[in-house]
Amino acid sequence: MPEGKEGSPAAMNRTAVERKSDRELVVTRTFNAPAHIVFEAWSKPELFKRWWVPKSLGPSLLSCDMDVRTGGAYRLVFRHPTSDQPMAFFGTYREVTPHKRLVWTNEESDQGAVTTVTFEENAGKTLVTLHELYPTKAALDEALAGSAEGLPEQFAQLDELLAGRS
Amino acid sequence: MLDSRSAFNYISLANDARGLPPFLIVASTFPLARRKSICYKLNYMVQYNETRLDASFAALSDATRRGVLEQLGRADASITDLAGKFHMTLTGMKKHVGVLERAALVTTEKAGRVRTCRLGMRALEEEAAWIERHRQLWSARFDALDKIVEHLKCKEKADARRKRR
Repeated sequence: MPEGKEGSPAAMNRTAVERKSDRELVVTRTFNAPAHIVFEAWSKPELFKRWWVPKSLGPSLLSCDMDVRTGGAYRLVFRHPTSDQPMAFFGTYREVTPHKRLVWTNEESDQGAVTTVTFEENAGKTLVTLHELYPTKAALDEALAGSAEGLPEQFAQLDELLAGRS
Repeated sequence: MLDSRSAFNYISLANDARGLPPFLIVASTFPLARRKSICYKLNYMVQYNETRLDASFAALSDATRRGVLEQLGRADASITDLAGKFHMTLTGMKKHVGVLERAALVTTEKAGRVRTCRLGMRALEEEAAWIERHRQLWSARFDALDKIVEHLKCKEKADARRKRR
């Protein structure tokens, strides 16, 4: 292939995660589609709910309400197999710039992050950068510790998925 | 078990190509077999010492200290060697090594008048696993998004074709 290793599907699909600072987490990935299509998958609830909580992660999404415009609210309700009580995540869209930028808050507690997602299109591909800014270092640590639950199973499922693709 | 030295050789190779910080390279390039071994260690991981992890990330935030780690990945070195390689005073290098030592990324041993530095074994794996954990979460999510985006793209193309007819 003329573009070499960096242009291979494996390099395309790479998800990079970096803790930029005590309070910031940055996730990047390139998608093989123009920005308006990737943005659509983030801004239409019927599409968003199909990928935000992939089956392998455990919880299922009971409801997904998203009013994607500046000042609009969202509310996601999850059920996790290990808990009787559904869990709600909610907040407000601070900025919605179609095909370019989404900023939302997370308001279940005063420790919620502000998430900024940018979409940068280049030659028909879109680089998605998700940036989470937590109010305190402790809040980020806690968010990270929480997401580790049930992970061994998740690893196994992902391994299966990856093995099936290669 | 991957020892930290071979991990660093791996990092050096990848780092040349992509220009990302070494601890990120570890996370984004681990082969599957390696991930499985991280998985077995998760129970331990969840309870790891947060304070030391903070120290590790702070230690890795400095370019000179990352350089020292890469250097030690090739060979053990004395503080004097390191100071020479990085054009730094002994006192300056001692401070950097001290930070790496407190983060358990480096161990030192004094023999006579020479203090030899080598890579710490465990800390690096913890950093890598910490990042890897999150990469897996986002990777699963984005793999699902990938499929939807692909579907939307096909649909858009099909619609365009239909309109042309």
